[in-house]
Amino acid sequence: MAFIECMGLCHDYNAGMENEYRALDNVSLMVEKGEFVTILGTNGSGKSTLAKHFNALLQPTRGRCLVDGMDTADEARLWDIRSRVGMVFQNPDNQIIAAIVEDDIGFGPENIGMEPHEIRRRVTAALKAVNMEEFRHFAPHLLSGGQKQRVAIAGALAMNTECLVLDEPTAMLDPAGRREVIDTVCRLNREQGITVINITHFMEEAALSDRVIVMNRGSIMKEGSPEEIFQDIDGMRQLGLDVPVATELAYKLSRKGLQLDRAIINQEALVEALCRLK
Amino acid sequence: MSIEVKKISYIYMPKSPYERLALDDVAITIPEGKITAIAGHTGSGKSTLIQHLNGLISPSQGCVLVDGVDISGKGKEAREARRSVGMVFQYPEHQLFEETVEQDIAFGPKNYGLTSEEVQERVRFAMDFVQLDYEEYSQRSPFQLSGGQMRRVAIAGVVALRPKYLVLDEPTAGLDPKGREELMQRILKLHRQEKNTIVLVSHSMDDIARFADNVVIMNRGRVLMEGTPREVFVREDFIRQAGLEVPQITNIVKALKSGGMDIPSDIYTMDEAVEAIVRAMRGKNRAGGAERC
Amino acid sequence: MLTDITLGQYFPGNSLLHRMDARVKIVLLFFYIVGIFLFDNSWCYLLNTLLAFLLVGVSRISPRVVLKAIKPLWWILLLTFIIQLFSVPGEVLMKVWIFDLTYEGLEKGFFISLRLILLIGVSSLLMFTTSPLMLTDALEALFKPLKRVGFPAHELAMMMTIALRFIPTLMEETDKIIKAQKSRGSDIGEGNLITKAKSMIPILVPLFISAFRRADELAMAMEARSYRGGEGRTRMKAMRMHKSDGWAIGSMAVYLAVCGAVYWLL
Repeated sequence: MAFIECMGLCHDYNAGMENEYRALDNVSLMVEKGEFVTILGTNGSGKSTLAKHFNALLQPTRGRCLVDGMDTADEARLWDIRSRVGMVFQNPDNQIIAAIVEDDIGFGPENIGMEPHEIRRRVTAALKAVNMEEFRHFAPHLLSGGQKQRVAIAGALAMNTECLVLDEPTAMLDPAGRREVIDTVCRLNREQGITVINITHFMEEAALSDRVIVMNRGSIMKEGSPEEIFQDIDGMRQLGLDVPVATELAYKLSRKGLQLDRAIINQEALVEALCRLK
Repeated sequence: MSIEVKKISYIYMPKSPYERLALDDVAITIPEGKITAIAGHTGSGKSTLIQHLNGLISPSQGCVLVDGVDISGKGKEAREARRSVGMVFQYPEHQLFEETVEQDIAFGPKNYGLTSEEVQERVRFAMDFVQLDYEEYSQRSPFQLSGGQMRRVAIAGVVALRPKYLVLDEPTAGLDPKGREELMQRILKLHRQEKNTIVLVSHSMDDIARFADNVVIMNRGRVLMEGTPREVFVREDFIRQAGLEVPQITNIVKALKSGGMDIPSDIYTMDEAVEAIVRAMRGKNRAGGAERC
Repeated sequence: MLTDITLGQYFPGNSLLHRMDARVKIVLLFFYIVGIFLFDNSWCYLLNTLLAFLLVGVSRISPRVVLKAIKPLWWILLLTFIIQLFSVPGEVLMKVWIFDLTYEGLEKGFFISLRLILLIGVSSLLMFTTSPLMLTDALEALFKPLKRVGFPAHELAMMMTIALRFIPTLMEETDKIIKAQKSRGSDIGEGNLITKAKSMIPILVPLFISAFRRADELAMAMEARSYRGGEGRTRMKAMRMHKSDGWAIGSMAVYLAVCGAVYWLL
């Protein structure tokens, strides 16, 4: 069984009121354990609304959302779901609760009533997993954006989370911070088998994942490997999205008559394909 | 004429435990009619630097001249010089406050003492620039708009001042690819049409390669490099030292070169790369395609 | 500069004061303050001042930082001193216009100012050596008995924690909004009272909107991390009293007894 399973999911904001609108319309998807999935879509396409269903911050208006077999509408399982699926949001400043890094990472475990010595053990392990051990006693406002996001990731890891849902975690960061966060996420996925669902506007991040889901106006438009998704450059542009630089270059070269595979999504693939050309 | 930053230093919170030299002997010239990009990682001093350009911060040492006028003065001339520099902050939509889009955009022009006809004309001009239809949006509350539209209203609020120098601090941060591209194209159009000077703070070296005439790279409160994108991007070591990255296109071209392709390494834009690669591949075919690769 | 404040500033460290149980620190501070007010003769002031110096020394916090916490009160201190100087009747030392400067006034002014300095200095020492979270946890624990009568101890403690965490963030935000509106030609804080008040609107509206947006996002983040009020919540830094806390309590009791003895005997 898939780790996350959505069936015919609909979500209406302001249901029953004058300004009611449908943010998600009949979304069905599955995410397997250990997968790295990227969700793409313009602002207002429903990506964030969907993400909030994965740890029961929102409940479907219609349809169902199952996490590890548990229905997110089942209030009795709410806390199990939330400790299994951790969220990281866009603005690093608005998700850090405590004034000291280690206190913030301990916040989640404290909420679920863990024993103090166990919390300590988990906080230490989580700090290590995101390479932030030396910042344990720092005040968050003295950290860089990338470091703050790593603290937020550690906060989720300390709950023994199996899945990280990241809602544009790199949107407010500089290139170095962006790389820091993405490297951390990729490593956790690879080494600890953590399921990752990353929402982003950066196509290069999407190229790193196992699977890409493209959303538009509350529905899933396309789904497939990054190679499959980025082949359709015009289609992506029409949806207000983009493709990785390497893909665009390959596309423009093929229009100039070079025989290049269309499924090129990164630098390595492009260099290899060009070198094989005779 | 131009903005001349004459050897300024700025001490942040002097005589406190947090005292820090935020700018250290910075001297740059922002030439009129050009697009100058300022790049640097968070905390490199670039935000502090741009806040000196319209006198929001006064330097601890040195001075800033706008069109030859020292902007630290109290007189009318200095004030006019300060006002010729428009400033769009990061996430400018967080500074909206009026009840309608029109009122918010009119805030600046009104403060500058323009007549109500002039103000209205400015509002229409600015809304046209950010592609918000006057009839449809001018009487709406800015807070009921989408994030991207709010950003455009906020930028219009500064464009309405018709500044000779327009400073934009990461104007596309947080937007989706389409929003980023559209906004950059509008800024470019304004630049061509109004012949104004643009100062663009950006992390994206790809954008800088495409749009900027000049680049200033900041690191630890100092100017690390200054020049055309071409002159600056050659020094990849410096760029990395500043916590930045060369344009992705440049990386790809370099990888091709080290793979044996006969291609120049100073390529920074997509179109250049396409042309150079096609040329290299043809040359390779003529040579019989016998190179190692 | 707006961000220049030491309020709620915690300096991590490992001194005896840092390691003490926050609850004990708060209770002892309370007794110290009571002591200052109760035993107000010069010998006791001397003892109290010596103890304050001792505490600063033990905390390993730079005396300059402590002085900086007292600095904002400089005007209040001066004012108190001057009022005391001239309002206490007694042996006249000098005449200034219609006011009499008395020896008793000088003495009283000096001691009242000293009392204020000790009060602020030692209280700020508590802030400097206790992480905000420990402080609020301790307050929550101390107010726990009041929970039965409906006193929201946990909620208040959580509110304080978050407020302390967001002070630097909101200061930065305010600074940025002011600069942005100034860039649009707004004259902030100029003109008469009405124009002054009016010029605050472009700052206050965005600030409130931003604060609400942050609150909203923060609530979401807390919920995502399984926050559900104080019930069933544990603490990573469980408050446990150590031997040193016992020593501190004992020392404080002895100290107060000595002060009492000195006060009544001398």
